[in-house]
Amino acid sequence: MRNVFRSSRKGVAVVVLSATLAAGCASTGNPSDPLEGYNRAMFSFNEQLDKAVVKPVAQVYEAVLPQPARTGVGNVFSNLADPWIALNNLLQGKVAEGMSDLMRFALNSTWGLLGLLDIASEAGLAKHDEDLGQTLGRWGVGEGAYIVLPFFGPRTVRDAVALPADMMGNTPFGIDHVPTRNTVTATRIVHTRSMLLGADRTLEEAALDRYAFVRDFYLEQRRYKINDGQQERVYEDFDEQPAVQPGAGVDAAASAAVERLELVDAGQWAPSAGRASSNR
Amino acid sequence: MKRILNRLFLPLLCLTLVGTLPASASTDARAPDVLVRDVTNEVLEIVRADKAIQSDDTKRVIELVDAKVLPHFDFRRMTMLAVGRDWRQASPEQQTRLVDAFRTLLVRTYSNALTQYRDQRIEFRPSRFGSADTRVQVRTEVIQAGAQPVGIDYMLEKSEQGWKVFDVIVAGVSLVTNYRSSFGQEISRGGIDGLIRSLEERNRSLADQHGLQHEAGGPSA
Repeated sequence: MRNVFRSSRKGVAVVVLSATLAAGCASTGNPSDPLEGYNRAMFSFNEQLDKAVVKPVAQVYEAVLPQPARTGVGNVFSNLADPWIALNNLLQGKVAEGMSDLMRFALNSTWGLLGLLDIASEAGLAKHDEDLGQTLGRWGVGEGAYIVLPFFGPRTVRDAVALPADMMGNTPFGIDHVPTRNTVTATRIVHTRSMLLGADRTLEEAALDRYAFVRDFYLEQRRYKINDGQQERVYEDFDEQPAVQPGAGVDAAASAAVERLELVDAGQWAPSAGRASSNR
Repeated sequence: MKRILNRLFLPLLCLTLVGTLPASASTDARAPDVLVRDVTNEVLEIVRADKAIQSDDTKRVIELVDAKVLPHFDFRRMTMLAVGRDWRQASPEQQTRLVDAFRTLLVRTYSNALTQYRDQRIEFRPSRFGSADTRVQVRTEVIQAGAQPVGIDYMLEKSEQGWKVFDVIVAGVSLVTNYRSSFGQEISRGGIDGLIRSLEERNRSLADQHGLQHEAGGPSA
């Protein structure tokens, strides 16, 4: 098992290297994604790995294990992560949430039969989603470039730096017995993947460019999580008169008023649109 | 990747969950939060009772979404937000084709998520808004055993026919503006017409996959 792991690692290193070389400077200029060439190569490596190994195993797992058993597996992993979530909430100054996470862990580990049952959620203690990357973000550490890691997938540089600590933190009692640890890790991966069967089809169908879709989803979601959803969304109105200054934060009431005139606007802009459409 | 998909799943499921009531042209006077709740509950009730939808009958679920959900969405506004600044470059005719193609894509892809619906529970969070507000965010949460709840928020705007959804935010991500950079790529490569072409092509290949007829997704004459 160990040997297999080691040699596959070497293989990965080769793939990473050649991907980096092949990538060149094929960036389309997204400011958050200066590594786009490398990232696209790694993204497709991860997708192929998923298609060849992870997804088929997850499908078997889902077919063999009945739903209640899978829920139990998910609950156990979720419970093991709660102390780390608590710590990160505390580090961010969210004491009430942190205490609630610790309560969850205490309840689920005892009355919840070592985490098999999530009775804490039923008792009204909500599950939180925190990690060290979010804590660093909260502390003002910038996210850095978007980077697709082998196996782990999308990250920002900040989150990639936090990743080793997050991984150790998610299993509070470090398992020294290597075969056990490998089994636990494999189960976690397969279980997580099985939760996404079905969603992957939607992603495949909905996205024009899966890479860009996943990247933008990841980045927006991380920013949302770091400020715990407390940020107001800005919706521009592209039907407005361009003279009003394009793209700037538009007053909601004004833009709504302008939008009612959209038909008039559309007519006015026909000439310039004709130019754009001939410009292939 | 996994995390993202994780956040995508249920959520996606629910892009389709808004909307209800006969698609009459008359004004729908319901408050935005009531509207979202009514439509969600009605659609889920139908899905729960419909064995064909549960066994992945795409055509049937699209019919359901067309009838119950679509009337409550403002697809023109959604398309405009997905396209971004280049919207101004599009002629009215191009805008119409973009709206048609984007609507078809969203309906085809996200309706499928409904076929995955089983025993999730939707919780409606209280929304605060004043009687003068013309834009409201309605928050819901999808609860599933063994998984973290996933937030699905609907942005609604007041129109003459009642409140219309113009964005769906899944786990903090706008499903509409998430398209903006890939749309921008298409436009810089092939102009507005290039984007229309790739959307219509995608719709055609989806139709083939699901054994649907081309009428809804094909290029408009």
